[in-house]
Order: sequence, then C-alpha cells, then structure tokens
Amino acid sequence: MEKLLSDFSLGLFVWMTVLFLILLGLLRKFAWGPILNAVNDREEGIRSALAAAEDAKREMQNVTADSEKLLKEARAERESMLKEAREIKDKIVSDARDLAKVEGDKMIKQAQLTIESEKKAAVADIKNQVAELSVAIAEKVLKEKLSENKKQLELVDSLLGDIKMNA
Amino acid sequence: MRNTLLSKFLIVSALLMSFTGFAKDAKEAGEAPEKDKKTEIKEYIEHHLKDSHSFSLFSYTKDNGEHVYVDVPLPVILWDEGLKVFSSSRFHHGETLAEVDGSYYKLYHNKIYETNADGEIRYNEEHKVLNEKPLDLSITKNVVMIFITGLLILWIFSSLARSYAKNNNMPKGFGRFMEPIVLYIRDEIARPNIGEKRYRRYMPFLLTIFFFIWFLNIFGLTPLGVNVTGNIAITFALALMTFLITSFTGTKTYWKHLFDPLGDTMPWYAKVPLYIILIPIELLGTIVKPFSLLIRLYANMTAGHIVLMSLIGLMFIFKSWIGSPLSFALAFAISLIEVLVALLQAYIFTMLSALYFGFASEEHHEEHEGEIAHL
Repeated sequence: MEKLLSDFSLGLFVWMTVLFLILLGLLRKFAWGPILNAVNDREEGIRSALAAAEDAKREMQNVTADSEKLLKEARAERESMLKEAREIKDKIVSDARDLAKVEGDKMIKQAQLTIESEKKAAVADIKNQVAELSVAIAEKVLKEKLSENKKQLELVDSLLGDIKMNA
Repeated sequence: MRNTLLSKFLIVSALLMSFTGFAKDAKEAGEAPEKDKKTEIKEYIEHHLKDSHSFSLFSYTKDNGEHVYVDVPLPVILWDEGLKVFSSSRFHHGETLAEVDGSYYKLYHNKIYETNADGEIRYNEEHKVLNEKPLDLSITKNVVMIFITGLLILWIFSSLARSYAKNNNMPKGFGRFMEPIVLYIRDEIARPNIGEKRYRRYMPFLLTIFFFIWFLNIFGLTPLGVNVTGNIAITFALALMTFLITSFTGTKTYWKHLFDPLGDTMPWYAKVPLYIILIPIELLGTIVKPFSLLIRLYANMTAGHIVLMSLIGLMFIFKSWIGSPLSFALAFAISLIEVLVALLQAYIFTMLSALYFGFASEEHHEEHEGEIAHL
C-alpha cells in the first residue's frame, strides 16, 4: 500500500484526467455521436425495410386472394347468367310452343266447323237438286206413262196392287 | 494518400532523430559489470514499470563496456513558486542537477526533488527522502502515450464516423473492423446492464474507456515498453471517473437504497440499530466497487509486465542453449496470453462500470437476490 501511494504521481493523475476528459468530449462530438446515430439509422432502415417487405408480401397475398375471389365471383356470375339464359330460352320455346298449339287447335276447330257447315250446305243443296231432279224425272216419267190410256190404267192397277199388298 | 502518409512518417522520424541526436549520452562503464546480473534485471524491471521523464527507445553496450541510452527527452514542467519548464535531458538520467531560476532539481528514483547546489538528498530514520518535492506536471512517457493513444483513437473513430456519411451509413476503411466492437459494447455491455431506456447517455464514456484501456494495454506489450495502464495514477483517474459518474447519475431510488436499504420491511425503531452498521457498509460499498476496478487493472497489467520481463530476463541469466529457447518459448506463450488479458481487462473495466451505472440509474426498485448481490 505504501509503495502504491509513493508510486502515485499527482502530475500524471492531473494530465490523465484532463487528457481523458478532452478525449471523451472530442470523441463524443466527432466519433461516438455520429457512429451511434449512423448505426441506429441503419438498423432503423433495415427494420423498416423488413417491415415494408413483410407488408408488401401481405399486400401481395391480399391481391392474389382478391383476384382469386374476383375470378371465382366472375365464374359464378357467368354460370348463373348462362343458367338464366338457358331458362329464358326454355321458357320462350315452351311458351311459343303452347301458343302455337293453342292457335293451331283454334284454326283446326274453325276449319272443321267451316268444313262441317260447308258439308251441310252442300248436302242440303244436293238434296234440293236431287228432289228437283226426281220431281222432274217423275214428271217426265208420268207424262210419258200417262200419255197412253192403257199405261195409265196399268199404273192405277199397280198402285192399287201396292196399296192392297200394303193393307 | 500514400505519399502524404509517407511524408508524415518521415517528418515524425526526422523529429525523433533530431531529439535522439543530442539525447545520446554515455554512462561510465566502471561498476556496471560487477553488479549482480539478477539485481540488474530486477532494477531494470522496476524501472520499466515506472513512469519516466524521458522516452527511452533502446540501450546498448559498446565494446569498451560503455552503456549507451538512446531516448527522447521530454519536457519537465514544475510548479514551484512559478511555472518552470525545461528539457529532461538536463538531468542526464539523474546524474546531474538541473538549475532553473536559481533552484536546483535532482531526478532521484524517477522523482524530482529540490536540492541545494550540491545535489544532496537528505533522509530520515526510515530512509525516506526529506527533500522538498515540487508539483511535477511534466509531460512524462505515460502522458505522451496517453496523447498518442488519444490521437489514434480519435483518428480511427472520427474517420469511421465520417465514412458513414459518405457511404450511405455503411462503414469503410479501418474503422470497419472497429464497428462490430462498438456494437458489441452497445448490445452486450451497455444495453443488458444499464437498460434499454438509459444506456445512451453512458455510451460515450463506456466506448472511450474501453478503447482507451485496450489500446494502452496493447501498447504496453510493444517493445516500446510503456506501462500506462499499470500505473496507479492512471487507473485511479479512470476509476474515479466511474465513481463520479455513478454518483452523479444516481437516481432517487439509488440514494434511497444507500441510506434506507431495508425500506418499509420493518418499523423505524427497529431499523435504527441496524443502520448504524448497514449504512456505513453501503457507503463503503460504493467506494469499494470503483476501488476494485482500479486495483484490478493496475495489478493485472503490472503482473503481466513483471512476468513477461522476468521471463525475458531469464535468458540473460541462463545464457545456455537450453535455457534461452525455453524462456523464449515461455515468454512467447505469455505474450499471447497477455494479448488476451489486454482485451479482457478492458472488457472487465467497461463491463463493471456499466454494471455500476445500471445500479445507479435504476428507476424502480427491483428486488435483488439478497443484499450481497448489490454490494
């Protein structure tokens, strides 16, 4: 201990303290401050770059998910539109078919009615003509037959015979 | 860039040469060979461990047995009823008196004493020097080394700092090797010991003290043979700064812990008799902590130098073909260990300083594992 105390030099201690404090001040201003700031900035930069990359990745994933979703939606929409169109088409076709059927039936019925009435008219006409013709023929036959007495008598006789047979 | 460096180097060497030119001086060859080799080595080691008023580069023995010391004399600055500045070459290694403004000064065992015109040194019964000792503010070898190391650190780290600005926050040049160490001190020493919130204000001191001690330790291993960190005045100054910073940045919690270590765990009348013992212990603890720093660094570096130089000195004692290679191998191995110790001691000093700062700046009282952990 005594040796330590005798070795202690006050002058060296003063120089050491003064020089060290000057060194500390200079280093603080010109070295440690800028170095630590630069290192901090760099670390901050790295950290924010990493965070940005992470964000970008997440964004990318979101975008992919979104586009996937959009694609799916579009596909579904197309599907539904196609389905709807098909339904509409079917409906139109069936409607048209029904309508045509109804119209056709109506026309057929009308035609049948027309045909029927025409037929009736024609039958009636034919009847009339047949009646007139038969009357005319009967007139002619009667005229011819009744032109001779004998024949008139024969006729009266046959007619009478008929009546007798019928009686 | 190369040319300017080269020219700077040449200028510095030329300056050194001009100093050494007149600093060469020869010692009388009379008693030297008769001296015991062992005591000579012992004295040499003791001399080396101490601070000196001249920067000795090397010494050799001429064929006629003359010892020649080649060194750079350094300015002596004394405060003795006025500032006195003169070159240490006037002492001629303690052989002659330096007469300045009518006072006589003698260099005796690396210390400057005021004497009469005959250079008489008076002793008391315990063989202590009674002569007056003027306040010695000389630029000694250690001061020169502090200066050089300071400039080196300043140059390395300010160039590192400037390279960040130029290179988009990427380091360049020699400082690049130092950046990981700076980051290590920040992330492994300051942050865990002081805490995320408060570590910033201590960073300049921790970094400066680490590189300062480390570089000086390393310089101590060079053949220049400077022993700055193994000097008690240096380690005392460093530890004192740690102590002052610890005390002045101490929070309310820290001081409360010192003077009221038990807190609310017991009533005041029970605490009084305990505190008569406890408070002095706590206060002693605050001084013992930095004191251990100063002794640890001093003892480690001094011990390293003594071991290394003793092993080298063994070569001159053995003077045989077995002994010399053996002591060389040992000295080499110890040198490698000393390189590690140089780093380790700087680390320990910084680490413990950070730990003490951490205690002092604690905001909330966090319970420790018993009180011994706190001492």
